Amino acid sequence: MPKRIVALTVNGRRREEAVDDSTLLLDWLRGPLALTGTKRGCDGGECGACTVLVDGEPVLACITLVARCDGRRVETIESLAQGGRMSALQAAFHEKLGTQCGFCTPGMIMAAEALLRRDPHPGEAAIRAALEGNLCRCTGYVKIIESVQAAAGVQP
Amino acid sequence: MRPDTLPAPGAAARVVGVRQPLVDGVEKVTGRARYTADLPAPGALVGAILRSPIAHAAIRGVDVAAARALPGVAAVVTGADCDIAYGVIPIAQNEFPLARERVRYRGEPIAAVAAVDAATARAALDAIVLDLEPLPAYFDAASARAADAVPLHANKPGNVEREVDHVFGDPDAGFAAADLVREHRFHYAEVTHAMMEPNAALAEWDAERGRLTLHSVTQVPYYVHLALARCLGLDESAIRVVKPFVGGGFGHRTETLNFEIVAALLARAAGGTVKLELSREESFLTHRGRPETDIRMKIGLARDGAITAVEAEVVQRGGAYAGYGLVTILYAGALLHAIYRVPASRYRGVRVYANTPPNGAMRGHGSVDARHAFESLLDRMAAELGLDPFAVRRANLIEPPWRTINDLQVNSCGLGECLDLVERASGWRERRGRLPRGRGLGMACSHYVSGSAKPVHWTGEPHAVVELRLDFDGAVTVLTGAADIGQGSSTLIAQVAAEVLALPLERFRVVANDSAITPKDNGSYSSRVSYMVGNAAIRAADALKRELAAAAARKLEAAVEDIEPDGLVYRVWGTDRALAWKDVVLAALETSGTLHAKGAWSTPPETQGGRFRGAAVGSSAGFSYAAQVVEVDVDDETGMVRVVRVWAAHDCGRAINPLAVEGQVQGSVWMGMGQALGEETQYHEGLHVRANLLDYRVPTIAESPPIETFIVEAPDPNGPFGAKEAGEGALSGFLPALTSAIADAIGIELDELPASPDRLLAAIVERDRARKRQAAKAGREREGA
Repeated sequence: MPKRIVALTVNGRRREEAVDDSTLLLDWLRGPLALTGTKRGCDGGECGACTVLVDGEPVLACITLVARCDGRRVETIESLAQGGRMSALQAAFHEKLGTQCGFCTPGMIMAAEALLRRDPHPGEAAIRAALEGNLCRCTGYVKIIESVQAAAGVQP
Repeated sequence: MRPDTLPAPGAAARVVGVRQPLVDGVEKVTGRARYTADLPAPGALVGAILRSPIAHAAIRGVDVAAARALPGVAAVVTGADCDIAYGVIPIAQNEFPLARERVRYRGEPIAAVAAVDAATARAALDAIVLDLEPLPAYFDAASARAADAVPLHANKPGNVEREVDHVFGDPDAGFAAADLVREHRFHYAEVTHAMMEPNAALAEWDAERGRLTLHSVTQVPYYVHLALARCLGLDESAIRVVKPFVGGGFGHRTETLNFEIVAALLARAAGGTVKLELSREESFLTHRGRPETDIRMKIGLARDGAITAVEAEVVQRGGAYAGYGLVTILYAGALLHAIYRVPASRYRGVRVYANTPPNGAMRGHGSVDARHAFESLLDRMAAELGLDPFAVRRANLIEPPWRTINDLQVNSCGLGECLDLVERASGWRERRGRLPRGRGLGMACSHYVSGSAKPVHWTGEPHAVVELRLDFDGAVTVLTGAADIGQGSSTLIAQVAAEVLALPLERFRVVANDSAITPKDNGSYSSRVSYMVGNAAIRAADALKRELAAAAARKLEAAVEDIEPDGLVYRVWGTDRALAWKDVVLAALETSGTLHAKGAWSTPPETQGGRFRGAAVGSSAGFSYAAQVVEVDVDDETGMVRVVRVWAAHDCGRAINPLAVEGQVQGSVWMGMGQALGEETQYHEGLHVRANLLDYRVPTIAESPPIETFIVEAPDPNGPFGAKEAGEGALSGFLPALTSAIADAIGIELDELPASPDRLLAAIVERDRARKRQAAKAGREREGA
């Protein structure tokens, strides 16, 4: 398998690594980088559990090649808490019970993070549109919407 | 410490009844929570399973020589490596971790490999040569029961796994006395759990000592422990089972599943560590979901709406193996009771084997489809009698204490209050029947057990045990075998212990689900944990409190009855003499060293059901109740149903954690919505054609409605602080509330679920044709006249 040198930042840290052309971002994050917060929930592009940000845009790491991230900025759930403080979304998902089993949560929070950077005070319709690729089997999404609203400081 | 530096009396914050975020929530939102597939396992071999490509076949041969010879392959196992059948019900164990002699469904594991990497494991699977001789296969209950059908299991001719015939009271007299008797048939598609975390297991074989450690995604580590000992021929003491974070269960993970045993067989054969991660497709094939079901329901009503008799016949296509089957078919009959006053009933249940993946327990186990049939027929009959749907339910409410005719004990029931709340909140009286065309309101009730009063592995032990440990550091460690699968059980147990000890929650650490450390627990199924483990936690905390109070009394030279724990201070009642927590702990340690307190709890005998065969199923120490109203918007051009809003009230006895109760009720209602609106499995010649999250239609956030939740607290005399279950009872009510709303919106009564657009459109087209035929007939009659 041909390898290439890929230069990118992951959670603020610059990396130059030799990776196979066919290596998927999800496998690379979870394997060599041990960033297991990003989850594999399906066989490819079905569930949203592996959502990470690449240059601030939500992508599915399970159908993204590492090679495609050359020169780009990758952010995972592990990057959000800074200096012992959870991000506004993390705190809200915790306090409002936007997470039950927690398996969809990292992907859900990363998708919501991309939304709030683009639209800091989204309406309910915008929240639903931004998260429609992220499945949750526990909450019925009610408290997920409340969590995003709380993090954004918008009224339900 | 001088008394004036201690906190003021009454400073201890109450923790029961408080909206408490999960004690393990920070790990979940930061990505630090480790699920089975996330566990570091340096050097672990990669496991993979070879599955049957045929739905029913005799196994003539499994040639693994080429696979074994591949470089990098550490182990290959087949049915020859385990000839001991397993299954969750001790009297119905007929499944092997890897098929022997016969495969009975497409996707059944036949062989497994452990290799240095995934590519080598795949190559090894490809190198295995199967010699399978196809047999006739059956994909529905009717063809499996046909006279000339080949039995899947030699001891079950006719492919009937279990028949149940239960008669209570005098149903014939009840129907004879009724003012209205109606009978109707319903059909329900098979659904499945689709929990977000795919299946995975990490098995470590300690070859020098002959010991096994298994980390898995289970809801019941204890069952896994038993099945591993059984199938691997190991002493139970040589096994350690650990449950890390688990990404949902909903019943899928109640039974021990084949991959858990396969991982252990591989690890032993390879003499090392094997990580076995199943794909999403394989997780679908592991299945154990709610069976395809046919129901004939018959109800007798008096003019005032009082039920005079109920008769139900339920046929479930249970898949290829027994699994939980006999419990599921018994539940469907048992839970016709304990929600309304039913003076007489006749139940016939038939559980059928077929060449599909085995069914099992799924949230609302056994009760869901039968509840739909019951509520739906009740609604239609109420309309015939000119009764409002709420009125017919109110005419049949149970007033506890109440013993049902099938010997279920109801000690608390808040269903009446649930009805009042959702009727008012939804504007039912003003809006039902008066909404614009295409809009409709429907309602229904439901209920569920707070744990099975007799576990399937009946050993005579207490139902639940919790241990508390307290040492020099002053932190209380809660040791529990209760499996937190996202429902918040660890949080609840800590809350209960904190409340009894009048300590802040931050002082507690929960250590759960490591068989080497934590007490045995029957696991997270049938909504048993809050009730049973909650009660055990109260007793453990009481025991610890007694020890601490005695130590404080010695130090303060007071009578132990006068010692009052108050947060981090123990006071002598009515005085300013007090001892700080740290000193109380040191005083207690002086005499005995590290403190251990244990609490155990068992269901009261009168709640354990009657004396007839199958009586244990459905019996429970406490029943939860729920009522809900669903508003829909139906497009009768396309058959699309949009759920606009849901109002759901649930009687959980006492909300120990109202935040989690809301989450559970919303999740239940929503999972009911998934089944009602579009979820269904589908097989083509036994091939699962929806084994992914795109074709198996789990609702997305885009189509999920607001769910307004109301907590009703009808305290149960035996529940911890009065609490009952909250995680299942509201599910089954959604289905009939939905079909009732569709009927209100467009006048169509659906007899088949899910209410997918194709089904609803077919019903609309059929109705319109019938109307045309009727109009034409009326026209001809006019001309004739």
